[in-house]
Amino acid sequence: MKQIRNFCIIAHIDHGKSTLADRLLEHTKTVGEREMTNQVLDDMDLEREKGITIKSKAIQMEYAMNGTTYIFNLIDTPGHVDFSYEVSRALAACEGALLLVDATQGIQAQTISNLYLAIDNNLEIIPVINKIDMDGAMIPEVKDQIVDLIGCKEEEILLASGKTGIGIEEILQAIVDRIPAPTGEVTAPLQALIFDSVFNSFRGIIAYYRVFNGTIKKGDKIKFINTGQTYYADEVGKLGIGLQPTKEVKAGDVGYIITGIKNAKEVKVGDTITLTENPGTSIKGFEEVKPMVFAGIFPVVTEDFEELRDCMDKLQLNDASLTYELETSQALGFGFRCGFLGLLHMEIIQERLEREFNQTVITTVPNVSFIAYTTRDEKIIVNNPGQMPETTKLDRIEEPFIRAQIITQSDYTGNIMTLCLSKRGTLTNQTYLTQTRVELTFEMPLTEIVFDFYDKLKSQTRGYASFDYTPLDYRASDIVKMDILLNNEKVDALSALIHRSRAQDFGRKLCEKLKELLPRQQFQIAIQAAIGAKIIARENISAMRKDVTAKCYGGDISRKRKLLEKQKEGKKRMRQIGNVEVPQEAFLAVLKLDE
Amino acid sequence: MVDSILLEARYRKDFFQQAPADTLILKTPPTISTIYFGGGTPSILPGDWIIQLIQTIKDLYPVEPAAEITLEANPDDITPNALEQWQTAGVNRLSIGVQSFIQEDLKWMNRAHTTSQAGNSVILAQQAGLSNISLDLIYGTPYLTDSLWLDNLKKANDLGVDHLSAYALTVEPRTALFKLIERGKIPPVDPEKQSRHFDLLMDWAGQNGFEHYEISNLSRPGHKSRHNSSYWQGLPYLGLGPSAHSYDGDVTRSWNIESNPLYIKILKQGNLALTEEKLSLENSINEMIMIQLRMLTGLDLLSFEQRFGKAAKDKLLELAEPAITSGQVICLQDHLRLTRKGKHFADHIAMELFV
Repeated sequence: MKQIRNFCIIAHIDHGKSTLADRLLEHTKTVGEREMTNQVLDDMDLEREKGITIKSKAIQMEYAMNGTTYIFNLIDTPGHVDFSYEVSRALAACEGALLLVDATQGIQAQTISNLYLAIDNNLEIIPVINKIDMDGAMIPEVKDQIVDLIGCKEEEILLASGKTGIGIEEILQAIVDRIPAPTGEVTAPLQALIFDSVFNSFRGIIAYYRVFNGTIKKGDKIKFINTGQTYYADEVGKLGIGLQPTKEVKAGDVGYIITGIKNAKEVKVGDTITLTENPGTSIKGFEEVKPMVFAGIFPVVTEDFEELRDCMDKLQLNDASLTYELETSQALGFGFRCGFLGLLHMEIIQERLEREFNQTVITTVPNVSFIAYTTRDEKIIVNNPGQMPETTKLDRIEEPFIRAQIITQSDYTGNIMTLCLSKRGTLTNQTYLTQTRVELTFEMPLTEIVFDFYDKLKSQTRGYASFDYTPLDYRASDIVKMDILLNNEKVDALSALIHRSRAQDFGRKLCEKLKELLPRQQFQIAIQAAIGAKIIARENISAMRKDVTAKCYGGDISRKRKLLEKQKEGKKRMRQIGNVEVPQEAFLAVLKLDE
Repeated sequence: MVDSILLEARYRKDFFQQAPADTLILKTPPTISTIYFGGGTPSILPGDWIIQLIQTIKDLYPVEPAAEITLEANPDDITPNALEQWQTAGVNRLSIGVQSFIQEDLKWMNRAHTTSQAGNSVILAQQAGLSNISLDLIYGTPYLTDSLWLDNLKKANDLGVDHLSAYALTVEPRTALFKLIERGKIPPVDPEKQSRHFDLLMDWAGQNGFEHYEISNLSRPGHKSRHNSSYWQGLPYLGLGPSAHSYDGDVTRSWNIESNPLYIKILKQGNLALTEEKLSLENSINEMIMIQLRMLTGLDLLSFEQRFGKAAKDKLLELAEPAITSGQVICLQDHLRLTRKGKHFADHIAMELFV
């Protein structure tokens, strides 16, 4: 156990985490250069494209130093706020962390919040400045930031370039020297922390864990303490390049287990594996993952519902954090109300549905989870505008608040203040990390983050701001349900839950956008936004007067037929609301208000 | 260019024999009954070239003695001299691109001719004995009021022409006109006005003995364009020259490359510059709906059923139901016809009826 080092890398997106990991694997000869597809750790297409690690994984390397061979377990962490619980469990499985900071960019909000998580978990931090060979590297400034942040000595900071391999050897040595070996009793009752799981279509769910105490052997009868389920350990092993079965995995080490579980729901990150005989206790910190953002997902063509259901089932097999239940919309037919960890998670699910499962879907206005209290003091969880009680029966509503952390250059402080205040935020703290970098902390409603916040933050700071948040609590709020009506017919799929002060502006923009997106028809179309019976915005689309092309001679026939056939295809995908035909783009209007 | 077109005429001389035998027997007279020079301004061609073109076609193809031979002509190209040559060549019908008799209209349309040239060209042709004339008129243009539109129609009538092609101005993207409108130099097209002009046209036709036999075409009895009618009857046709389209009368449509230099180069190398498209069953159904609905006679349900089967016809009638209910289409004597109201939305209705 003395030769084991368990560690992770804390870094902001694009600060070079995956590239550094690749170099470590090369230097330890875990992979030869030939077998290296760039960035071994990110194996989903989507992850490659977005340049982020969505799901954490782990990989084992061997490193020889001064005649001793050490076992390194690198546990990869997701790089996005949506997955912060998974990050916390991955950190809990480690004794140390490389804090990787881009020399050209300095510390970002995401890095700080993960760093705090690591410090909370008593991890030994090894600060590394990456990309030191790039133009625009600000090594002294970034050193200052790091020293201020973690209170280390300047000479403890390593300089590296994942791209060229500078500093990799020093990092490997520091891992041996500075990160403590794990402690634990091989003979004590088994306690293994699940920090991730993946779905394999042949083997079922593969759970990744760190053994704190005891030993897990092939064939053991095991129990997941929090779900209470028992299984047999069909296969255990270590995580090299691919799975490497072994007879046992002992305290201090990281490994995998296959039990024939088919559904990701049964394997919860943060759960503790123990043996049914002589069981250990649960490792602290287990939480059920709670969805933060909800939206409806509907098939574009109503007949494809059953197919979509199959795909959602399959998707959930390998993504237990996705929740969904059946939803019916008058406008869109059968679909699902889905719960996501955050907006990125929502985007990922949408894209996976489209790419991996070939589904084209309509996603409705995302919303957070509100709590409504009726006049009879019943508590109702509102994850969908349709669940909001009628105004006459409604006593009060509470909405979730978050603590938002933004790090930026001080020039942009004013812009960010304006933005966050306009989003009903209150500034609770302002700290200068260096003379030019400032950390702002706001308390604000989560629902304000759901719409256009990231884009606005980006444009207000020219991309020089990083953002992170943690949930706080629920607070009383004046939330209303805003409906959209087309020729007086309510379009349930476009209803939104929104703060009263924002409703009019939002309603007006939405009506304007719909005016752009709805095709003219042979009668006038009235587009209205309403709160209850009160109309707060209106746009008209005047009737189409003519739709006939002048010429139809020899050369026009093919062109014209193709044009009309294309229109017909579009029409087949339209939904009928009263007498108005609505193209699918219109249902996505809300997400495009600022375009 | 003319050399290359002549080459193409030679290379494709078996075109009408290649058409599938059954369709040939059923639908095609074994002879050429119409020839049409169009797609631009063939009237700028020197007269002897037109003579050569027509002679070559007559040598290569079985052209009927009484074939309709139409030439598209600009008013300013119509001179006694030119007329004489065209007649020598065998041209017996003119389609004159008058567009308007209003000076202001002609000015912003960038037409080379004047109001008086527009009228005179018709008279010159008639004097030369070329009295089978069609005029192109454009309505719904920025400066054309309702009464000016009626003036244009009256002028055409007064000139004694028997055929009119009346087009609503359409502004295609990436054209000079499109840019002028974008920059606010010319007022945008007003669909309301276009719709009104179309109604005025239909009223006027009824009162003046013109039959509105296709959305954009009107004629006195016995003066329909035989050439254009054959497009709408689904007869085979051969198009020669850049961008020209051909149809074998069955499921093959083809067209020549657009670029003039490339066309010339390819033909000179002894090749054809054709792209071909095979129509699926659905494509053929849709084509028939789209084309026949535009005609006064309407969509012939009996021949539709004969060609595509009863299930296809039933489906068609089912799709037509809303348009019938709303009074845009009527079903009479086994034909689906656009009503006056429906003619304003011919494209939309055709699309609704597509499979």
